[in-house]
Amino acid sequence: MRTFHIGGVHPPENKITASSKIIDVELPREVVVVFAQHIGAPASCIVKKGDHVERGAIVGQATGFVSANVHAPISGTVTKVDKVKGANGMPCDTITIASSDDDHENDLKAIREAKPIRSSDEIKALSAKDIIDIIDNAGIVGLGGATFPTKVKLCPPPGMAADVVVINAVECEPYLTNDHALMLECPDGILAGVEMLMRAANVDRAIIGIEANKANAISLLRQRISELGMNGISVMELMVKYPQGGEKQLIDAVLGKEVPSGALPISTGAIVQNVATAYAVYEAVTYGKPLVDRVVTVTGPSVERPGNYRATIGMPISELIALAGGVPTDTGKIILGGPMMGKTIVNIDAPTIKGVSGILMLPESMSARHPVEPCIRCAQCVSACPMGLEPYLLATLSRYSEWEDLEKEKVMNCVECGCCSFTCPSSRPLLDYIRLGKSTVGAAIRARQSQKK
Amino acid sequence: MNQILTISASPHLHTRRTVASCMWHVVVALLPALAASLYFFGVGAAIVVITAIAGCAAFEYIINRWMFHRPSTLLNGSAILTGLLLAFNLPSNLPVWIILIGCLVAIGIGKMSFGGLGCNIWNPALVGRVFLLISFPVQMTSWPLPIVNRWAYADASTGATTLGILKMGGDPASIDLWNSATGAMGGSLGEVSAIALIIGVIYLLAVRVITWHIPVAIVGTVALFTLCIGGNIAIELLSGGLLLGAFFMATDYVTSPMSHKGMLLYGAMIGIITVVIRQWGAYPEGMSFAILLMNSFVPLINRYIKPRKFGERGAGK
Repeated sequence: MRTFHIGGVHPPENKITASSKIIDVELPREVVVVFAQHIGAPASCIVKKGDHVERGAIVGQATGFVSANVHAPISGTVTKVDKVKGANGMPCDTITIASSDDDHENDLKAIREAKPIRSSDEIKALSAKDIIDIIDNAGIVGLGGATFPTKVKLCPPPGMAADVVVINAVECEPYLTNDHALMLECPDGILAGVEMLMRAANVDRAIIGIEANKANAISLLRQRISELGMNGISVMELMVKYPQGGEKQLIDAVLGKEVPSGALPISTGAIVQNVATAYAVYEAVTYGKPLVDRVVTVTGPSVERPGNYRATIGMPISELIALAGGVPTDTGKIILGGPMMGKTIVNIDAPTIKGVSGILMLPESMSARHPVEPCIRCAQCVSACPMGLEPYLLATLSRYSEWEDLEKEKVMNCVECGCCSFTCPSSRPLLDYIRLGKSTVGAAIRARQSQKK
Repeated sequence: MNQILTISASPHLHTRRTVASCMWHVVVALLPALAASLYFFGVGAAIVVITAIAGCAAFEYIINRWMFHRPSTLLNGSAILTGLLLAFNLPSNLPVWIILIGCLVAIGIGKMSFGGLGCNIWNPALVGRVFLLISFPVQMTSWPLPIVNRWAYADASTGATTLGILKMGGDPASIDLWNSATGAMGGSLGEVSAIALIIGVIYLLAVRVITWHIPVAIVGTVALFTLCIGGNIAIELLSGGLLLGAFFMATDYVTSPMSHKGMLLYGAMIGIITVVIRQWGAYPEGMSFAILLMNSFVPLINRYIKPRKFGERGAGK
């Protein structure tokens, strides 16, 4: 069985919700739509207070190439255009949409009676550019958590061409099972989406990488591929190891190729897309449905009803938590995403956005960091780093502001996966110092580049 | 909900391994060798081990408490481990006062003078041993014979070690290899039983406290070098504390390199230096000196020998 070749760790998997079906969350009557839901330039608001918007209509227009449209997740009236405190505590531009009873009824009816807007023949007739335009219009971004606009990856820079689409169904973060649940319930939609991505990228080969702890998803997808006769798509079973879901690590695991330092993944000929992204592409192409909902794993060791919820984007995080039984009394920390790379929540009433793959509530006993002890130079961090860096050295250089040496030691290669801090027996805040170094060195590099121009 | 939530940067999970658990794993790995030394050297081994552990722990506590004004670090087990390793490098009839001087040098000079755990350049237990070897050459090179001295301490009957016999021109054929493997031979109390040491290192590898690189590099180099100069590989590997050094002293986290490639170089150099000292040097044994010498080179090794970075292999291959 294959995996990536350098470093990696094995945190306890804790996939509590692995066998939970996806629960459709009732359509909310009020949502808060954030305009910066993706990496890149925020979308610009094209509605004003008092406007009536239909479900699926564009309310935020992409600004520039690396940006994405934002749509109304429900029909209703724009009641507020203002700044709201996001999950990280920083204010972000939003609009609030509230639905009347009629709006709500119409939305529910539309969802119940959703019909394909394109026949299979019409879909077959779409060109690569047509599919990319649909993806662009539908505001689809990478749903693994990084929220990089999908169309950007499908348009390689001049001189580079893709030869394979790699579908990221690794879900290496502990606790999260949203992709797993989607694979079990919507395999045909996912495979159709993968085929559309292959055509958009103009390649005849796609590999779905899945870790071995999701054996039922692996066998189901393989079965559907052979039943549907999709010859170009294959499923690759991967050894369980964190951070296999990292783009570079996945390319290494699946194709045995390493993305050179500073280069784009496309330089290996691979376009990596998340499995939920593939499903969103299928929905956009077949049903004309923009990205207005997604599957969110709400979980934690003491959560009452942990589960995989299909939530409307824009509903408050606190409502999803309430559905799962509320915040357990022993909770010490709430995390958006998985425990290795997720971000702690400052504002529990913040709206959900496209990148929210999970809401994890950890008990107090797992929330605080351990006391920091001296580095005993055990080299666990060096062995664990999937980028082949020396975290102990990077952290020390950063601590003493040795920015030039830090750049030479390739601090910018760090993917912030957290393996170093996870594995340190002295509980040293390695990644914290490395992040500080990355931001300082990154700023210096950008300043140098702009000076050259 | 009325409690205050923690806000922190990722990762939010942490391994269960701690500094203390690393140290205690090593102590556990040394227990078979401790049992063997008690079997062969009896009461003498017990006195030396207890004195060395108590001495190292006491000096670390005193220095932390009254010189550094820092909280005690005894619970992380590192001073106890140093004491145990120091005892393993001493003959079982060494007087208590000499052992205590060794403890003071090991902890005070070898470790605390550099700033304590994690800061020292040389393996503290070896610093203590070599200091004693140079200061008390007679006491440090009279080795009680195994088994017959179980109930003897100061009045133990002594003999030479295997390597000592060879250095004096002894016949390699006269050495019983089975005794060398089980430990029924003269020597410092922890080094004698190869079988017990091998059980210990298998444990350390199994719980992933150490990696294979340093032990394999040392043992491999010594075997290869000995083969090249026409020596007896089995005798060289089974005597003179080679396995104790390769498994437990050279693999000391603080004083060994950070990269796997660096560990291989470090181990290979220890192997070469050891054989050179044994073959052509004044001392019959060279393991301690080899490890201390290579400890000195570790910062240099860390500077110039780096792990392979992701992406250096290139996209094409």
